[in-house]
Amino acid sequence: MIAIEHVSKWFGEFQVLKDCSTSVAKGEVVVVCGPSGSGKSTLIKCVNGLERIDRGEITVDGVSVASPKTSLPKLRARIGMVFQNFELYPHMTAAENIMLAPLKVLRRSKETARTRALELLERVGLSDFADRYPANLSGGQQQRVAIARALAMDPIAMLFDEPTSALDPEMINEVLDVMTSLAQDGMTMMVVTHEMGFASKVAHRVVFMDQGAIQEDSPRDVFFDRPTSDRAQLFLSKILRH
Amino acid sequence: MRYSWKWSAVLTDPYFDWIISGLELTLLLSLISWAIALVLGCLIGIARTAETKWIRSLAAAYVECFRNVPLLVIFFLWYFVAPEILPRNAGLWVKRDLPFPEFWTSVVALSTYTAAMVAEQVRAGIEAIPRGQANAALASGLTRWQVYRYILLPVGLRIAVPALGNEFINIFKNSSLALSIGLLELTSRTRQISEYTYQPLEMFITASAVYFVIAMLTTAIMMAIERRSRLPGMITRATR
Ligand SMILES: Nc1ncnc2c1ncn2[C@@H]1O[C@H](COP(=O)(O)OP(=O)(O)OP(=O)(O)O)[C@@H](O)[C@H]1O
Ligand SMILES: [Mg+2]
Repeated sequence: MIAIEHVSKWFGEFQVLKDCSTSVAKGEVVVVCGPSGSGKSTLIKCVNGLERIDRGEITVDGVSVASPKTSLPKLRARIGMVFQNFELYPHMTAAENIMLAPLKVLRRSKETARTRALELLERVGLSDFADRYPANLSGGQQQRVAIARALAMDPIAMLFDEPTSALDPEMINEVLDVMTSLAQDGMTMMVVTHEMGFASKVAHRVVFMDQGAIQEDSPRDVFFDRPTSDRAQLFLSKILRH
Repeated sequence: MRYSWKWSAVLTDPYFDWIISGLELTLLLSLISWAIALVLGCLIGIARTAETKWIRSLAAAYVECFRNVPLLVIFFLWYFVAPEILPRNAGLWVKRDLPFPEFWTSVVALSTYTAAMVAEQVRAGIEAIPRGQANAALASGLTRWQVYRYILLPVGLRIAVPALGNEFINIFKNSSLALSIGLLELTSRTRQISEYTYQPLEMFITASAVYFVIAMLTTAIMMAIERRSRLPGMITRATR
């Protein structure tokens, strides 16, 4: 579904991504982890073209992201994305947030979009919050609305960039639960996260990044039982001690 | 020497009608210029935040040009200089056939100047929005233009409402400079009346009072708009 091949990227002189290659198959959940500044966010943003790549190629469902012939809005409409800081639109209610892209991109009717929005809110456990503004929702609730917003476009894959890092500890699980149920329904997911509990339960593969390079790309059990790179071992020992 | 006050002059025929007609022109000039400045200012403000460098530079150049030249000079530039440097036929048309030239030249001067001020407020409003918002909207498949249309402008303008209210009061006060190119607006009318009646103090005090009342009314309206357009949960600040 998602193929990342020999991708490199520079911010000026600084090389953020160094010859990264990995893939996410249909229905697969791939967790990306690594220390801060290792390029995880940059890599995942390249997948839907929010960041441009300088070398290599990324294809999603056979469509080349960097090709000038690709219509990025059309491609992005098929890929859901959830951000660390939720990024709900502050002037719209939860339901309106979810309805915007279906209305304006897919040109759905208002009733269809609203019905679907309410369904999705129910799915993330927020039926009673459709008409609340983001400012009146907790962090965990906002992130669940953001997930519903991404799902409203019936995406073929979902990208998550540290979806729980900005949350208070007691809200992390409500978001992880939604993501777990998505994974169980067979959604194709690429998830940047430090939640190793989630990774060890849900991920099919784990990608470990350090200093812009993919140091390790292993099936989940291999990654947790006997990671091959020293850096990954060190990272795991640090993070699991917390 | 003692000044002899004669407030009744204000209400005497035809002076009262002159004041009213001056006020009408002032309001008309301010409102038309404001509408144009708002549209033009939004476009230039958007251009200031564009991805393409030359668009950003062009918009920045516009703002700097108008912001760094006194408004009075801008009035003279549009009135005396522009017709000369326009293409020949356009220049001739402006000089010979433009109806009510003092008025429409004032509209052009005020709106081009105020657009630069509005653009800065719109830009500041848009830049106050965290970058992730635009990314989230782009990621959902909206085009860049739709992101402006549905997210950046509505949110940015709400943030800019108090500052834009001040700009409206400014455009209204600045409209008095139209007297320099001969438009008989409120200030010009009161000066004219004081020359006829030799009662300048009453006239200018009256003019001040009218400006003051209208500015206060505007403030009240803007505060109401601000209350209604406020982003849910946003911490508010006073209008002035
Ligand atoms: N727009 C940018 N311009 C210049 N440098 C950038 C830019 N965005 C990110 N970087 C740099 O690129 C590196 C990788 O950033 P990135 O956000 O991808 O890291 P990350 O792995 O997601 O880290 P974190 O865990 O802190 O989110 C960092 O050193 C960062 O400072
Ligand atoms: Mg990051």
